[in-house]
Amino acid sequence: MPLSEIFDVLSGGALVTVQIVVMALPLATFMAFLSGLLRLSDHRSLRWTATVYVEFFRGTSALIQLYWIYFVLPFFGISIDAITAGVVALGFNIGAYGSEVVRGGLLSVDKGQTEAAIALNFSPRQRLWRIILPQALVGMMPPFGNLAIELVKATSLVSLITIADLTYRAKSLADMTLQVEEIFGLVLVFYFVMAQVLTLCIRALEKYLGKGMDRGGLT
Amino acid sequence: MIEFEWNWAFAWEVLPLLLDACKITLQATLLGSVLAIVIGLLLALLRRSKWKAVGYTAYWWMEFVRSTPLLVQIYFLYYVAPEWGLNLSPMVTGVLALGMHYGAYLSEVFRSGIDGVDKGQWEASIALNLSPYRTYRDVILPQALRAMIPAAGNYIIAMFKETPQLSAITLLEMLQLAKIMGSENFRYLEPFTLVGLIYLVLSLVASTAIRQAERRFPKEGFTLS
Repeated sequence: MPLSEIFDVLSGGALVTVQIVVMALPLATFMAFLSGLLRLSDHRSLRWTATVYVEFFRGTSALIQLYWIYFVLPFFGISIDAITAGVVALGFNIGAYGSEVVRGGLLSVDKGQTEAAIALNFSPRQRLWRIILPQALVGMMPPFGNLAIELVKATSLVSLITIADLTYRAKSLADMTLQVEEIFGLVLVFYFVMAQVLTLCIRALEKYLGKGMDRGGLT
Repeated sequence: MIEFEWNWAFAWEVLPLLLDACKITLQATLLGSVLAIVIGLLLALLRRSKWKAVGYTAYWWMEFVRSTPLLVQIYFLYYVAPEWGLNLSPMVTGVLALGMHYGAYLSEVFRSGIDGVDKGQWEASIALNLSPYRTYRDVILPQALRAMIPAAGNYIIAMFKETPQLSAITLLEMLQLAKIMGSENFRYLEPFTLVGLIYLVLSLVASTAIRQAERRFPKEGFTLS
């Protein structure tokens, strides 16, 4: 098989990988903020729910979660297609890791900011959205960037539940043509390029969020 | 219709087999960690090399390995090594892949650990006329290692949680066994849930142990951040 044809087939797979990332990333972000905020809640039951979620998804492995959702949930009458299973498993998994980032980011904002907001009679909601979060976000971006790359890498797992992503196509092409060096070499480059592009996007976002801040983040 | 209640009889039947397969998982993790530590240390030292080209190569190697999926690296080794005349068993392939992947992560931990050692220690080593080898072995690394234990431990736990991916190259570890048991009996609930619970218990125990270790190490004299 000529290299250009291999390239075409793999590009199609890369598109599927990108689609899964695009769907799982918002879910992961949502879960991260939801559980990160709940872990700082005043209500013990909310705190506990979030902690159980985080510990559970961080303590077991992503592939097992994926298999559980894909193979076990149908037994409970919830049939779920492969793409949804992949997106949910990866979103929940990375979200659990992101939860710690959110929590750490919120806690790292100087206490004086909260006190000043209270003194200025901001409502709790305004305090969070207008004062604390905008400052916390800047510090959260570098670890979020790392997690986004972890997500791209983790999408390769969906190939094991028959989604024709980059990894799946590479494996079936390799089984078919036996040109394993070219195929897997090319796939590694594909993933590497995706990760680099994502890193650049996150850097740009970091710069945008950091605009107007005196200090440049929390490293 | 398959009933979907938890079947204790089946669970008790599967559990001992899974615990047996857990040995394979732990073996892969242990050997993988040893290799990762060696590779990580090597990469960290190469990045400090006098020759810029060596440092850059080590950096880009690390960057490349860290931003590509472990699963693809596993496939790469498993399929390409025979082309190069190396027939590796799934276990050896898995250990190599885990070691290389996490070696790249650990190199960053080692690098910051070595950078964290006070400059005076290097100067004192020069003043005492120690060879570079002895400087690293007797002065720098013992101090750097202590500061690295928590971060390195977390990566080893992460590696442990990625061993299920070795099932993709037919290594008979816990998840692969659970999958086989599931498809033979048309019941995935018990095997997959049990594997998940075993992972949960083991990784919670390990991370608690690391937190304890972190608390117990003497901090004075070492720069930790």
